[in-house]
Amino acid sequence: MFISSRFKRTELAEPGGKGNFPPKLLIFPQFLSRLPPFLFLITSLSPEPNPSIPVFRSNFITCFPSVSLPFRSVFPFAASTLQQFTGAVAKMVTAAVENQESDMVEGNEQKPKNIVSDGFDANYLKIYYGKLFPHADFFKWMSYGNDGKHPGSDQSYFGRREFSFTLDNDIYLRFQSFNSLSEMENSIKEKCPFKIDIGPVYSVDPAKRHAYAGDNVFTPVERELVFDIDMTDYDDVRYCCSGADVCLDCWPLMTAAIKVIDTTLRDDFGFNHILWVFSGRRGVHCWVCDGKARRLSNEQRAAIAEYFHLYQGNESSRKKISLTGPVLHPFLARSYIEVLKDSFESQLLCSQKIFSTEERYEKILDMIHDESITSELRGRWQDNRRPSKNDVNSVRWEQLKNMLQSGKHKAKGTRRHVEEIVFSFTYPRLDLEVTKHMNHLLKAPFCVHPKTGRICVPIDPEHCDEFDPTTVPTVAQLLEELNAADMEVDSETDWDRTSLGESIRFFRSSFLQPLLKSCKEEIESSHNLKVQQSKNSLSW
Amino acid sequence: MEPYRPQGKSSITTSSTTNLPLYRSAPPLEVKLEDFELYAIDRLRVLKGISDGLSRGKKSEEMEERVRELWNTNMKHPQASEDVNKDIISHFVLRLVYCRTEELRKWFLSMETILFRHRFLYAGSESQKQVVAELGLPYKPISYAEFEAVKDKLVQVARLFGLTVPSGDAIYYKVPWEEVPELVAGRRIFLHKGYAYITMYQVVSLAATQFRSYLSKALSLTNRKWTSTIREQEKNRLTPIVEALCTSYLGPDYSQLREYGDVSIKDLDQIAKSSFPLCMRHLFEKLKEDHHLKHGGRMQLGLFLKGVGLKLDDALAFWKAEFSQRVGAERFDKEYAYSIRHNYGKEGKRVDYSPYCCQKIISSSPSVGDHHGCPYRHFSEDNLRAALGKMGVNNRTMDDIMDKVRNRHYQLACTLTFESIHGLSCDAGINHPNQYFIDSQKVLQSKNNSTA
Repeated sequence: MFISSRFKRTELAEPGGKGNFPPKLLIFPQFLSRLPPFLFLITSLSPEPNPSIPVFRSNFITCFPSVSLPFRSVFPFAASTLQQFTGAVAKMVTAAVENQESDMVEGNEQKPKNIVSDGFDANYLKIYYGKLFPHADFFKWMSYGNDGKHPGSDQSYFGRREFSFTLDNDIYLRFQSFNSLSEMENSIKEKCPFKIDIGPVYSVDPAKRHAYAGDNVFTPVERELVFDIDMTDYDDVRYCCSGADVCLDCWPLMTAAIKVIDTTLRDDFGFNHILWVFSGRRGVHCWVCDGKARRLSNEQRAAIAEYFHLYQGNESSRKKISLTGPVLHPFLARSYIEVLKDSFESQLLCSQKIFSTEERYEKILDMIHDESITSELRGRWQDNRRPSKNDVNSVRWEQLKNMLQSGKHKAKGTRRHVEEIVFSFTYPRLDLEVTKHMNHLLKAPFCVHPKTGRICVPIDPEHCDEFDPTTVPTVAQLLEELNAADMEVDSETDWDRTSLGESIRFFRSSFLQPLLKSCKEEIESSHNLKVQQSKNSLSW
Repeated sequence: MEPYRPQGKSSITTSSTTNLPLYRSAPPLEVKLEDFELYAIDRLRVLKGISDGLSRGKKSEEMEERVRELWNTNMKHPQASEDVNKDIISHFVLRLVYCRTEELRKWFLSMETILFRHRFLYAGSESQKQVVAELGLPYKPISYAEFEAVKDKLVQVARLFGLTVPSGDAIYYKVPWEEVPELVAGRRIFLHKGYAYITMYQVVSLAATQFRSYLSKALSLTNRKWTSTIREQEKNRLTPIVEALCTSYLGPDYSQLREYGDVSIKDLDQIAKSSFPLCMRHLFEKLKEDHHLKHGGRMQLGLFLKGVGLKLDDALAFWKAEFSQRVGAERFDKEYAYSIRHNYGKEGKRVDYSPYCCQKIISSSPSVGDHHGCPYRHFSEDNLRAALGKMGVNNRTMDDIMDKVRNRHYQLACTLTFESIHGLSCDAGINHPNQYFIDSQKVLQSKNNSTA
């Protein structure tokens, strides 16, 4: 029997009612008159072991007027315990897989037909967070060595970090904070967010920010230096897909961006603890976690963003990138020689068929401000009907290069156009605002992308050429693997038996362990310094 | 007239050793009330001159000349010994004037930092050393071996900016890059493993950064003092002067117009054609064409329309009418309506945001897919010519405009456009898109009246 996901939800939600979840929705009319129409005040009693001291929490929840609030569907499994549940769903998933061929239930119109292999289902999240999501590693990372074991560690550190949850129906819970691993883990498992975003570490616990209102006490004090690269920003230089789609033909753009930025962050800025993460669909995120990076001011962040920024022109200017001056800055020269040139010539040139049609090569000729060159090339390319055994793109690129770099035109400064074209088609395009400000939220690694169901797995920058966004495990695939494996084994290492294992092992060995080691050293040395100082002051 | 006694003392300092003060503490001087105001106005002339120069897109060398000239004409006292006092007094008066809102602080901070920068550059090496020492800057000269190791890269950077190529005895300093964000942002230095290699010449950047951060802190302190005590204490004496000083020079605030609410949606098409400056006309047309604008465009046009007099409800209706054709009404309500209400001070911090002035628009950096910015700066020549042709600028004026554009006088180019279209001169120049709009409406109205 095929069980539609909708049906499962309702059934699983039945045991509810014992806990104090789902939350009550309180709408205060007097608030509504002043607040925008889509801000409601939702208060909830969070589940609490001792019912006599309920913790009262209030959250501003952004939800939108066009969306009604079916709380059943928002918190479908609120009260069911994990054990009951994971077993149940896992079995159902198996059943569904086995029967997917024969059973098609009508009335299931908008759900994907093939529920395991096709992407995302809210039900999977519960199991994913319950069995696979690396809560402990995540907590260790975000604590940065402030685990209470060392006298110099800052006990309040983790608790001052903002997390933001996006629930079903675009309900945002901002300013979530947790004082311990178990608090965080329970909250994630209970709320089952579609998306977890990480914000800055604030001066005070963000959940208590209202207590400090007005005094500017509540300000961000630390935040990883982050970068967000999105394939949609490359739409004018990729011809294989557009918008949200990516394929192996355009992914080299991301690979080039990773290489350029990673090398620069390490060699130029001297950062060491850098985590690259697949954003789940069409881009990558970068987290620079060195202590120095986390404490940068907005101004310093902006300086880094500008260091990377090349003026790309806008819709009304002819040129896309202009490189002025007699030479390139060492950083741009290195990026060109080590990454961009090769990426353009051996990958994108042919995979994107950059010179294949008139419209496409005109776009490139447009960047060359020399009538005599462009008309000659245009002439050759328009007449060129002879089939050549070489790829037309490579042939035309060689012709263009020869023309621009020949002695005849050297004096006119046209040589630089070759580099400009390569930069226009390959240079990383950053969302600058994300990098510039401490308080921008960014999706956490190991989240599940709600549209594709793919896990936001780390990418190894040293082997980023091998990364294939189309084979990143989806949550459905992981659950299937989990099902296939023996259920009896210790649940701590469930992930190890799925294809997520490799990602988590990489996260630990290449990122987390070296990071924590240097955090400990930093805490140790600043503690020693403090002790020394207090000794000195005592001796007087 | 009663003298102003900041600290109740009446001594006059004569021990000022440098001609480039860091304004660490208020001077223990007696100041005549009229000097209080006159000195401040003189300094304002300098700062305003710098601000104008920037908005005209002046290059750094031109600015250097300009700042020196402004300083010498306005800040020299008949008695040379009084120069330093005038400098210090005027700075502290303006600190009081410009501490009162975020926007004022930001402007003052930028202009004072630029002023400091240029004065530092021509201060002479003795004063420079003194200032550097006073600021406690953490830099170390690099050794010869280290220099040889990175020489190629240093040469590359030096050539990039047309500086003399460093030789064996060139002195370079190594500083943590965090100390020189400006130089990093402009890729003006070689960076390696977290250190920036800077020349003596670039030390000015270090000094300016320190100066700026110190002044920024001082301004917030002054602001606290001003709101808590001074404003009330000096209600009858200094407060009126202080409050008058800033408005007299910043130009009108276009967020609160007298004509507020005069414009309705149905008039927009017509007035866009007749009275919008090119930057806004372009955005307006693109919006009508694509039914979408990216964030920068929405901000620039949205705030301008607010200044023109489009009320919040009308603004929501207007943007919705366009966007819903592309993204649907539901997504508009969800993703875009908030920021429009935000612009009108109905969300978040509830600040009634002011429309962007030319300087801000010129210095914006529109990217792929963006339509905002200043067309005179950001358009290619062909596109600009086509756009101006469409506005009805004749060929001869076109060449004049292109000439201004090439010399980076974007606001003058805009002024010429205004003059060409309206057929009369605009002596004040264009400083703000909303000023363009209002002036244009005035001209059109008077024309209508005379024909009627």
